[in-house]
Amino acid sequence: MKRLHVLYFAILREQRGLNEEHVQSAAATPAALYAELVSRHRFSLPQDRVRVVVNESFADWDSAISDGDSIVFIPPVAGG
Amino acid sequence: MFSLSPSPIDPANVMERLNHPAAGAYASFEGWVRNHNEGRPVMRLEYEAYAPVAVKEGELILDEARRKFAIVGAICIHRVGALEIGDIAVWVGVTAAHRGAAFDACRYIIDEVKARVPIWKKEHYASGNSGWVNCEAPPPD
Repeated sequence: MKRLHVLYFAILREQRGLNEEHVQSAAATPAALYAELVSRHRFSLPQDRVRVVVNESFADWDSAISDGDSIVFIPPVAGG
Repeated sequence: MFSLSPSPIDPANVMERLNHPAAGAYASFEGWVRNHNEGRPVMRLEYEAYAPVAVKEGELILDEARRKFAIVGAICIHRVGALEIGDIAVWVGVTAAHRGAAFDACRYIIDEVKARVPIWKKEHYASGNSGWVNCEAPPPD
């Protein structure tokens, strides 16, 4: 099991009811972790509308994640 | 330089930082808070950012603009927090020797910032409802 630091923003923050949390997970990739969190918290956004940031850099959904990583799922942006 | 601002943007103050003897052209863009979106009256809105990555991505966009266009300087500032109708939500200023590069880089920067930088907008509607722009299903007809 890994201990991951997950931060939430915008609609995901509201749907989770938290700004951040530590999650214990066996997920090997951000995609697996997102699927786990979607089923646990009923997030409305499908993975194909979200991007992922690992340790403050945009990452691939199938990249490897490690114990202690900081992970942020990025809902569709709307700056400007 | 790309930055996030929790307080109102003062364009006159910011543009002074772009003064440069090699600049013969200055182009700027201001995005303002509008009182409607997709047919719904908007009363006010909030911007939220994932600050470290928003600044990093914003700086990357400014670097790209410097590489693609012959510009002298570029600044972009995006508001975060609660905004009212008419407030400046985002400001872009570019200087160049000539107007073409200044216009083109200004357009490039605002387009890329809107598409890529992790900033989110929550609109509060006249109906009392609210919603995250681009994140929610459209309202039923």
